[in-house]
Amino acid sequence: MCDTTKTPKVATGDRAILPEGARTIPIFVMGKKYEVPETLTIMKAMEFAGFRFLRGAGCRGGICGACPTVYRMAGDYKLHFGLACQTVVEANMYLAQIPFFPANRASFKLEEMEGVAETIHALYPELFRCVACNLCTKACPMDVDVLGYVSAMKQGNIEKAARISFDCIQCGLCASRCMGEIPQYHAAQLARRIFARYIQPQAEHLKNRVMEIEGGKYDPMLDELSGMKKEDLEARYVAREREPDLAAAGTWQPKDTSHL
Amino acid sequence: MGYTPELQELIKRVEATRPARVEMARRNEHYPALSMAERETVLSKHHPDYQADAKMAVRVGPNKGDVFQEGVARLLESRSIVRPGLVDLNKIDHETDVLVIGGGGAGTSAAIMAADGGCRVIVANKLRHGDSNTIMAEGGIQAATQECDSPYYHFLDTIGGGHFTNQRDLVAALAKDAPLSIAWLEKLGMMFNKHEDGRTVVRHCGGSSRKRLQSSGDMTGAEIMRVVRDEARNRADMITVLEFSPAIELLLDSEGKCAGAILFNMETKEFSIVKAKAVVLATGGFGRLHIKGFATTNHYGATMDGVVMAYRAGVGNKSLHSTQYHPTGVAYPEQNVGLLITEKVRGLGAHVLNIDGEQFCFPLEPRDVESAELIQEAMEKGKGIMTPTGRVGLWLDSPMIEELHGPGTVKKELPAKFIQFERHGIDISKQPMLVYPTLHYQNGGINVNGDSETILPGLYGAGEVIGGVHGENRLMGNSLQDIITFGRRAGIGAAKYVQGGVEVKDLTLDHVVKFEKELAEAGVENPAVAPIILPDYSTDEVAERRWPKALTEGVPGV
Ligand SMILES: Cc1cc2nc3c(=O)[nH]c(=O)nc-3n(C[C@H](O)[C@H](O)[C@H](O)COP(=O)(O)OP(=O)(O)OC[C@H]3O[C@@H](n4cnc5c(N)ncnc54)[C@H](O)[C@@H]3O)c2cc1C
Ligand code: FES
Repeated sequence: MCDTTKTPKVATGDRAILPEGARTIPIFVMGKKYEVPETLTIMKAMEFAGFRFLRGAGCRGGICGACPTVYRMAGDYKLHFGLACQTVVEANMYLAQIPFFPANRASFKLEEMEGVAETIHALYPELFRCVACNLCTKACPMDVDVLGYVSAMKQGNIEKAARISFDCIQCGLCASRCMGEIPQYHAAQLARRIFARYIQPQAEHLKNRVMEIEGGKYDPMLDELSGMKKEDLEARYVAREREPDLAAAGTWQPKDTSHL
Repeated sequence: MGYTPELQELIKRVEATRPARVEMARRNEHYPALSMAERETVLSKHHPDYQADAKMAVRVGPNKGDVFQEGVARLLESRSIVRPGLVDLNKIDHETDVLVIGGGGAGTSAAIMAADGGCRVIVANKLRHGDSNTIMAEGGIQAATQECDSPYYHFLDTIGGGHFTNQRDLVAALAKDAPLSIAWLEKLGMMFNKHEDGRTVVRHCGGSSRKRLQSSGDMTGAEIMRVVRDEARNRADMITVLEFSPAIELLLDSEGKCAGAILFNMETKEFSIVKAKAVVLATGGFGRLHIKGFATTNHYGATMDGVVMAYRAGVGNKSLHSTQYHPTGVAYPEQNVGLLITEKVRGLGAHVLNIDGEQFCFPLEPRDVESAELIQEAMEKGKGIMTPTGRVGLWLDSPMIEELHGPGTVKKELPAKFIQFERHGIDISKQPMLVYPTLHYQNGGINVNGDSETILPGLYGAGEVIGGVHGENRLMGNSLQDIITFGRRAGIGAAKYVQGGVEVKDLTLDHVVKFEKELAEAGVENPAVAPIILPDYSTDEVAERRWPKALTEGVPGV
């Protein structure tokens, strides 16, 4: 089945083909049975079965959160959660996608805020409806400790909430499971933005560079390069010094500093 | 799940040759790299960009006579989804100052800046807001923020990397605005990797003279997208986002200005007309065209729509014949197909091997050469490995990294990849990976100037849809910068243009009528209908069971 010595019939693009002898397994899409090749993801298995996604597919690479899916195995009560583009089909899987979940998002003006947790509490008072059941964490396809960051927000630790929630892809599965009806992922987004703007130190070297650029310091250099003959540009290109890989940040200086 | 028994059998051949190969690597002996002449040969025979077959010159439009990949040319020579003469353009559904087409990083930045400039904005997006290539970018974003660096060096690195084929005003704009973009993102609350004192962490990337790549964990694009999308949502009074509503045609007015677009509600199948004083095109790239059947790293909606619509409106493109293929995309397991495996794996010493466990190339040739060598081995020599889902791949021998650099190196140096494979039962520190080249980036795109303006008054372009910034080869980290620099410039420019007083006259689709007439005159038979909006992954069997021949035309609901 796998060996090949001549140019094979090859699957192209994202379309799967069923090579000779490959096994198929039954899955149940919203209760309806389809035979699909094993080893495919839920997303590709459904496409193999003839579905064409409109909702429920985005990046197809596990990072956009468009394809959250809930499933259960025949004969078992336990619910499982995953991303359709990342989860492999299993025989007798009953599945449904939840491509959208209505979660409340509070509007705010970041530039008028401060780095204090009260801001988050005021915008998302429902955080305090959390009963710590941990269903959110169990539902997270990215293994984010959702309860952990909700607790951190309640305790006023914005940095902790920001860091714990960093891998969130905002698929909404946490919110879909929440007894307290908390829109966890929106609150986490707010925490990360407050952290980055008001708690994490801002970059001083960047402020200076912005001032230099706005003062027009580099315009003559860029004009000169833009007007140069190709040979001269090549010569400049070749003459560049390379910053050593291991130079500590902000320490190394080139010999020629006339273009800094 | 892991490897099937059949694949496990084949892995034994890799293991059999490994000790000798590791010994060789320890002696610092490599499989010989190709000479310049040999490179030429393998590129011209096997790199999809160079192969003469499956290419054609377009017969109509602004790039008439230029040669493109067939898949691209067919879309440039396509006809509209609607019959232009039969559309009633007097029924306006939405009126706005600025219409942004495409809500990825470029479009969303443009929307925020246009709103800042006092404009009402509509963002029309094909999928959900943010389902885009932007959200998938991992590595980082370039900007000359450090003291030892400056826009001067960013300019030089970029144009040298692009083999001096870049459009210079665009490179100058990119280099100049890059630090401004970073400062803007920082102010919006983006979590950059930083040192204790707030200094951004920077790294080198291929072709950089200074450490200039700033990042946000290994999900830089996702963090950018989350932040700008969240900010756009805060401005709901000025920015309206329409999801699942791709634009399918640009509208002009009787004076020839760009004046809106036709949108298609994919869920209800209704069309609507947006009248706008200015339009920003930010529809991203074309990976989902699967040129020559390649898998892609791109998101579901990357189908070149913007280039197609602009083309009919008279806006041509540059460098679109050039595509970036990444030599090592995942070929197995199926759920990871097309996804990137970073060059670092080969940098750490992993060999690329055929079905017999033999080396056939130097593992660190330039990306295009390496890709061509893999394709040659699998397709011409038939020495690829067939996966259970009908794909072909070659081995990337990651376990030898452990032998060369010590146990635990794979997990330490490649944490994300390790987990990605572990999830599917493959331990890449013990088992090799199956890889094949994958379609990664649309190097070219529509023509704009340094202010993001096209030749069509009122039409701006930003992001992967535009051409010229990167010339024929893009440096890592420059396209995330491209989308913020030109997204912001497009938004600012559009707002200024609108504030200058724009009066939209009667809307028209005459440009489409004229273009389709040209198609007929040029003898283009059976032109494709485009934009194609989404790829179709139905299997042949399913397509057949839809009874295309027996089906009565006009069946309700089918
Ligand atoms: C896997 C991957 C990794 C990458 N890594 C890096 C990296 O490390 N550094 C770097 O600099 N670059 C990287 N890139 C490249 C970079 O991410 C993209 O080039 C860039 O983000 C493109 O942004 P954009 O806004 O132009 O397009 P996109 O982000 O793709 O957004 C375009 C949007 O327009 C929508 N759209 C398309 N057609 C229509 C239509 N007809 N009507 C309405 N909407 C439409 C799309 O659905 C999409 O939402 C990577 C790309 C990929 C795929
Ligand atoms: S499609 Fe983006 S996470 Fe699955």
